[in-house]
Amino acid sequence: MSLERTDIEKLALLARINISDSESQQVTERIGAVLNLVDQLQAQDTEGVEPMAHPMDATQILRADEVTESNDRENLMSNAPATEEGLFLVPKVIE
Amino acid sequence: MSWETVIGLEIHVQLKTKSKIFSGSAVDFGQDPNTNASAIDLAMPGTLPVVNAEAMRMATRFGLAIDATINQKSVFERKNYFYPDLPKGYQTTQLAEPIVGPGIVTIQLENGTSKDVRIHHAHLEEDAGKSLHEDFHGMSGIDLNRAGTPLIEIVSEPDMRTPEEAIAFLRQIHAIITYLDISDGEMSQGSMRCDANVSVRPMGQEELGTRTELKNINSFRFVERAINVEVERQIDLIEDGGKVVQETRLYDADKNETRSMRSKEVANDYRYFPCPDLLPVVLSDEFVQAERESLPELPVAKQARFVNEHGLSAYDASVLTQNRETADYFETAAKTCGDSKLAANWVTVELAALLNKNDLGISDCPISAENLGQMIQRIKDGSISGKIAKTVFEAMWNGEGSADEIIEAKGLKQVSDSGAIEAMVDEVLAANSQQVDNYRNAAPDKQPKMLGFFVGQVMKISKGQANPGEVNRILKEKL
Repeated sequence: MSLERTDIEKLALLARINISDSESQQVTERIGAVLNLVDQLQAQDTEGVEPMAHPMDATQILRADEVTESNDRENLMSNAPATEEGLFLVPKVIE
Repeated sequence: MSWETVIGLEIHVQLKTKSKIFSGSAVDFGQDPNTNASAIDLAMPGTLPVVNAEAMRMATRFGLAIDATINQKSVFERKNYFYPDLPKGYQTTQLAEPIVGPGIVTIQLENGTSKDVRIHHAHLEEDAGKSLHEDFHGMSGIDLNRAGTPLIEIVSEPDMRTPEEAIAFLRQIHAIITYLDISDGEMSQGSMRCDANVSVRPMGQEELGTRTELKNINSFRFVERAINVEVERQIDLIEDGGKVVQETRLYDADKNETRSMRSKEVANDYRYFPCPDLLPVVLSDEFVQAERESLPELPVAKQARFVNEHGLSAYDASVLTQNRETADYFETAAKTCGDSKLAANWVTVELAALLNKNDLGISDCPISAENLGQMIQRIKDGSISGKIAKTVFEAMWNGEGSADEIIEAKGLKQVSDSGAIEAMVDEVLAANSQQVDNYRNAAPDKQPKMLGFFVGQVMKISKGQANPGEVNRILKEKL
């Protein structure tokens, strides 16, 4: 599968990654190489094979519904760049 | 041209677990911001989710209640998007293998008919945090207390044709989740939220029109208004030669309009994939069977029983079974007085009106079901008239005691003693000799109507306490 530069731009936007023009060529080639591998996988006949959700042949252990965490706000907020009144502050997200 | 409206609903229901779906943080609303947000909820590096067994159990019970297939193996996936109240950059949800498969919800309409609405599926997922856009120096504030609260998202098929059906469906879902006690279902608190997919098509056309998704519908009332205003917009648009664009629209209750939420961003591309941090969840046959056997009596079954056992109309039965507390209240009152229809009337009319007026729920009702039952019993045994009952009812509401105490204290007992009534009748006849002559000279078919005047006068001097049947009998005798 060949990748266009616009594909890379769309992926970069979705992933919120800034890719400069000079990096763009290299990234296109590298992701293209990964997709070539995926193409080979896609080419295999998987008729009748159940989709796999996880490589381990195990099932999820469930947790009892108990509150085990207590308020640790001060600690958890200590490296946030901006806080106020117990809130994390982020660049305004409403238009 | 006449148009048909097609509606499908997506309902998010917050589950009443003690802790979050993937962490041991408390699910507890109204706390200081970020005090119920742990390292897992904040997506700190190195943290891993562990699934809450109770969330799986509650979702299973919902599925069983709507007669759905329970997928005993379900898979959590990541839905990727960026928003500050979603710290991980993805919502852990279910897509290809949700816990609850296709099911059926039967809704009861006001005209007495019922209708089956198909459920496409229901899946488990986590709630996001909250963004506060008030002015924090041009920034937004983020509170992650809600992040990770377990939700089930219930997705209906586009089976509803009117806003009334959509509301009936929403009420039925509300009834089911509150009967199961898996959510408090408070739309005003956001513990039940509704999005509506709405489209129109020419009447008789098979193919569905292009739909829009309405967000921000936060009350039963707004569901109706939002759908109506959107249907009108779509019809106007098409009739003017335009085309409906598939998009998300926000309902603005103040302006009673919907508006596009379209932004310059590329169309949503969530890039779902199975969550590598979580293994498939497998529920045993025994677990599902035990849950099935321990289901409470559900709204539809209760409705049917109220019709068969209590002889109520389908509509009254559906009103009384909308929540378990009201149903229990009615049954206690009916049992106390031995008259289901009278009890249903008092609960759905007088009591509902007072509760509504005072903005109270049935669980906050100042009149106990036993007291209401006792009052109805006093109407039945002739101790009080239906009119006096309203006085007793109001006194009970104001906390003046039980029905019997109030009747005693206020001397409201109906006068059935014929001697006392005779005296009152004599008094009235003496004071109204002209009317008495008119009555006696009137044609027999006119007389019953004229009798009403004398009954009214006797009731007036008795302060409403004379037994109307006795008054009628004695009046006829004397006239």
